[in-house]
Amino acid sequence: MGDLIQIVVAKYNYWIYITLMMIGLYAMIAKNNLVKKIVGMNIFQTAIILFYVSTGAKRGATIPILEHGHGAASHVFHAVDYINPLPHVLMLTAIVVSVATLGVALALAIKIYNRHNTLEEDEILAQIREK
Amino acid sequence: MKIIGLIIALVTGVLLIGATGDFPDWADPASPASTHLSPHFIEKTMEETSVPNIVTAVLADYRGYDTMYETAVIFTAGLACFILLRIFVREEPGDRLYRHLLTGVTVRVKEGMELPPSEDFERIDATWTPPDLIIKTVCRFLIPFIQLFALYVIAHGHHSPGGGFQGGVILGASIILLAISQDLRTSVRRMREKLDAVLCAVGVIIYAGTGALCLLLGLNFLDYSALASVLHCDPVTARSHGILIVEIGVGIAVMCTMIWIYNNVSSTGKYDEGL
Repeated sequence: MGDLIQIVVAKYNYWIYITLMMIGLYAMIAKNNLVKKIVGMNIFQTAIILFYVSTGAKRGATIPILEHGHGAASHVFHAVDYINPLPHVLMLTAIVVSVATLGVALALAIKIYNRHNTLEEDEILAQIREK
Repeated sequence: MKIIGLIIALVTGVLLIGATGDFPDWADPASPASTHLSPHFIEKTMEETSVPNIVTAVLADYRGYDTMYETAVIFTAGLACFILLRIFVREEPGDRLYRHLLTGVTVRVKEGMELPPSEDFERIDATWTPPDLIIKTVCRFLIPFIQLFALYVIAHGHHSPGGGFQGGVILGASIILLAISQDLRTSVRRMREKLDAVLCAVGVIIYAGTGALCLLLGLNFLDYSALASVLHCDPVTARSHGILIVEIGVGIAVMCTMIWIYNNVSSTGKYDEGL
């Protein structure tokens, strides 16, 4: 039992991101309402952002902004003192892109609502089959 | 469907958790992600670009291509919202509603009639919208400071957390706040639709144009050290300035896309009162 807890604690960031991701995946598959599907997609994206940012963490390191001052050009920087900047860069753009894709998804939902007067997936499918 | 979805989610989750055994522990300094490329960025960024914020340097310089196309993706998303939703409806014949701002009285103007030109009347779509003096006043006080802070975030992105994406989103949020606290017509009067769409493309063009300028000056695309001869400084400082130019382009593009998407989605493309 103690072993299992140690394994979970050593990698708890993965457990959290997988839980969030599966909530999002379940919402995208099983929910009937299109807006709830979009919310599920956003939870999924947030889980991926959490995963990336957590891989950048380093024990005992600080944020990736170098300590500097005037005339300190000869200062030597060590990689162990700063966390990995690369996942942060990737997720910085991903956050804004996820907002933009959310906008497009909502626009599509509005178009579907204008046409079918409902956002429930089964009712939309029934209307399409009738035609 | 619900049962199948639950089974799929559970099986995928169990598979992913099984795979975490091969992943490095949390905050392990020797993890593969932290041992190959990132030490180079951390140790050499100051020397190569003179930008202390490594995230900004990697974003706009080392991974400039990636960010350029992310900006293009955002622009495309704004364009997609516009094409999907925007409808140019002619002014429908019929009565129009105005509210007298000082008294809160709703005025119905018959077809063909005009109100005397006055700042005291506000066009409304529903017969009654709640008067919101406190919200309007507080937002009027806050918006300039929000915009000032956004400009600081963009301009100071080299030395503190910040940059074009964050500052652009804050700038866009300030205009969206105006649209929420007053109505969409007020915010569109401040930020015209045409201006918004043009600026959106201008932001992407600033980014790509900086890259093309470097190409014209004899170095690779987006290698800002080529700008040294134009800016009259050494190549390392030129990379720092190149990053700033590019971040300004990103900021403009992100700001206008956020406003564009909000305007189209909140009014379903009619650009009327909005939410």
